[in-house]
Amino acid sequence: MSDMKSHTKNVFWRGFREGLPFILIVVPFGALFGVVGAEAGLNILQVMSFSVLVIAGASQFSALALLTDNAPTVIVILTSLAVNLRMAMYSAALVPHFGKVKTGLKLVISYFLVDQAYALTAKEFDEQPNQPVENKVAYFFGVVLAIAPLWYVATYLGAALGASIPDAFSLDFAVPICFIALVAPMLKTMPQVLAALTSIIAALSLTWVPYSLGLIIAGIIAMMVGAYAELKLERRK
Amino acid sequence: MITNQVQIWTVIAGLGIGTLFIRYSFLGLLGNRELPEWFLRHLRYVGVAILPGLIAPLILWPEATGGSPDASRILATIAAITIGVWKRSVVGTVVAGFGVLYAVQYFTG
Repeated sequence: MSDMKSHTKNVFWRGFREGLPFILIVVPFGALFGVVGAEAGLNILQVMSFSVLVIAGASQFSALALLTDNAPTVIVILTSLAVNLRMAMYSAALVPHFGKVKTGLKLVISYFLVDQAYALTAKEFDEQPNQPVENKVAYFFGVVLAIAPLWYVATYLGAALGASIPDAFSLDFAVPICFIALVAPMLKTMPQVLAALTSIIAALSLTWVPYSLGLIIAGIIAMMVGAYAELKLERRK
Repeated sequence: MITNQVQIWTVIAGLGIGTLFIRYSFLGLLGNRELPEWFLRHLRYVGVAILPGLIAPLILWPEATGGSPDASRILATIAAITIGVWKRSVVGTVVAGFGVLYAVQYFTG
């Protein structure tokens, strides 16, 4: 029994170690969100509430950009949530592993189901699908411990610093740059490139649509283009 | 500047609850249900379909210049995309983008 416990502990620290390289992504993004949020006029409590309650960088940046653009509240929330829809896939993929844990623990796991935690656990469970559920939970929280606290701290430092950075540094440009950093690595296949180009062209030509709805329409068209191109490519094989 | 406090807090609450709901969806509510193939196929493109469209106007018509296109921002974007696609590194992309932005701004005054 104590053997099993010490094994679970080892798995936890392995998750922690394997999560550490993601600090290179999490810290700059968190800090930039803090800076950009403070520059946009949010106070520290509001910036921190975003990073603690939402804990999903891309959607937080989307919300900031749309708020700055004076989009209606419903559109800000819906568009930013659309950015997080990929996490429904993460949730579905983890059912075979975490489906049987207690409801409270499931909620905590869901709260921490960020991109990096999902990417690592999916890989781990793929390679070792038959480990006991305690170990799977331990691995997940090991990864989470490596990145989540630093996400909060980086946001805080960014926000505390942000308001004092002069306009000459053009920090408004941090939002586009962050998104380019997020999207560029996704552009691996022709359908993904086509979807991205469609998104740009459609969004630019639909800026006249009221209530910032143009972006959602552009997103739907671009998703359809990507999905259709993928289907075409598959059929050609 | 964002000034509407009620709107800010509504967005934080709505986005926080909605995001937790998405993350909890299958794990806690739907269980092992299969998603239809066409839905998954579209879901795979959510990121690349929304984010580029979101930033394109911010790059072409930045608020900081009163909405007129700015050479330093466009060149910085090209640099960031090039490095991002080529090196697939977050830090590299950010450094390339801001590096070119500051360099062009410095030389053009």
